[in-house]
Amino acid sequence: MLAAKGLTRRFGGLVAVDDVSLELRRGQIHALIGTNGAGKSTLINLLAGELSPTSGAISLRGRAVLHGRPDRLARLGVGRTFQRSNVFSEFSAFENCRIAAQARIPRVWALHESAAQCRSSSGAAERALAAVGLTARRDVAAGLLSHGERRELEIAMCLATEPSVLLLDEPLAGMGAEESTRVLDLLRRLKLERAILLVEHDMDAVFAVADVITVMADGAVLASGAPEDVRNDPAVRESYLGDAI
Amino acid sequence: MSTARRILPWLSLLMLILLPALAGKFYIELVAKIMIMAVFAMSLDLLVGVTGLVSLGHAAFFGLASYVLVLAAPDQYTAVSLWTSLPLAVAASALLALVIGALALRTRGVYFIMVTLAFSQMVYFVFHDTKLGGGSDGTYLYAKPTAMLGGWSLLDFNNSTQFYYAMLGLLTLIFAFLRLLLASRFGHALRGIRSNEQRMRALGFNTYAYKLAAFTIAGAIAGAAGYFAAVQFGFVNPEMLSWHQSANVLLMVILGGAGNLFGAVVGAFTFVLLQDLFSSLTKHWLLLMGGFVILAVMLLPGGLTRVSDSWQAWRARMQGG
Repeated sequence: MLAAKGLTRRFGGLVAVDDVSLELRRGQIHALIGTNGAGKSTLINLLAGELSPTSGAISLRGRAVLHGRPDRLARLGVGRTFQRSNVFSEFSAFENCRIAAQARIPRVWALHESAAQCRSSSGAAERALAAVGLTARRDVAAGLLSHGERRELEIAMCLATEPSVLLLDEPLAGMGAEESTRVLDLLRRLKLERAILLVEHDMDAVFAVADVITVMADGAVLASGAPEDVRNDPAVRESYLGDAI
Repeated sequence: MSTARRILPWLSLLMLILLPALAGKFYIELVAKIMIMAVFAMSLDLLVGVTGLVSLGHAAFFGLASYVLVLAAPDQYTAVSLWTSLPLAVAASALLALVIGALALRTRGVYFIMVTLAFSQMVYFVFHDTKLGGGSDGTYLYAKPTAMLGGWSLLDFNNSTQFYYAMLGLLTLIFAFLRLLLASRFGHALRGIRSNEQRMRALGFNTYAYKLAAFTIAGAIAGAAGYFAAVQFGFVNPEMLSWHQSANVLLMVILGGAGNLFGAVVGAFTFVLLQDLFSSLTKHWLLLMGGFVILAVMLLPGGLTRVSDSWQAWRARMQGG
């Protein structure tokens, strides 16, 4: 669905992402791993349109994507979450999801229609909260949620926009074991209809759910393929996984 | 407290309806002027309190509309029709806001404040340094606009009481319109932008377009206020679009409490009444005004409409410490 070809991004002299090509397919969880500073977050920012590539191209369902317009990409169905929880702290969990769902409703100028009584965005918000298991906490201000709950809310907001491609930047970071399991189950369900890119440090989780794994080092792709192939790749073992696996 | 918050605007409306029966001409005219400023302040609150855009050039839209009223008349002794001159003045302000907003909204934070200030100063000097509208002296407007309907005069703006009720109607109308706007999906999106613009973009909102729409609406409403200010005062001068005027209206919003519209109204009343009180006490009244503003910001950071929040926070601090 979402494909990148020869994607490169330089910051001054630093090449943060170096000639990366990958393709996200519906029905697959594509995991992206690598050490800190390997360029994973920069790559997500490029795919989400937050950053423009120095060179290379991105296409969505075979059509070229204009850079530097994250809102347009989001409306075309590319949803993302942030590495650091990026929520509306003073809004309740439910309101966070409702405003996210609202991005899907085109009638911006219907000033006489109350946002609080909008059935389609309220419904999408309830479904998104239920999907991550936050229904009981729906009226709590996002700023008062626990760290793990805020990570779940981050995912719920992304789901409320009903994306067909999900770019998840370390969704499990700081979550407890129970929460992680719930999110991984959710990802397995979500991938049936969607393409998912998962940036994650938790190797057990990655090898448990990923269909394809791409390993990055110094901005470039070190290896890419099925989990077993990547696990046995000598270059990956040497530089990254070490003796851990 | 929330019931009090719901009742207060209605109670205020009732008091404003009754005021002309109880007060003399001086106070009727003073409160009419305050209501115009309250409309002006609410329009700025849509930017500052709701969308998080601190503009220091809002007087440009207020002042431009008052100049349009003057320039719409063939000479200063001929009355123009309200039905043509008001839409013209509001449209001019909205257009100016659209142009300034389109450029200024490319910047953020303190740069946005500076760019709005710079643009409004440009408008100021257009009227200050050219013969347009009487240059730095301004122009008197001897004939107030007429509001005819089917051969009848609907409103006589020379009559203080009629003008007062017209302004009360305007205040109520704008308040109701903005309340509706804030409750709509558009209003919720503006609050989302104030809270976290990057996230709004990532969710699929074209935040630039939303901000530009808010800026244009605010400019149009400020224009309506400026138009009626010129009608009431009977003259226009460049001071009406100076940065002092922009700062005054910003103070009203902050004093009353930004983001809830009613605060802007309370702020306008407090500011103008205190201005009146202090200037009757001493020639150096600006000193008193400045002192009051500093005290208010220190003691009531949420503004006058959030007195109870500030009081509770203070009590909690005292008990905790």
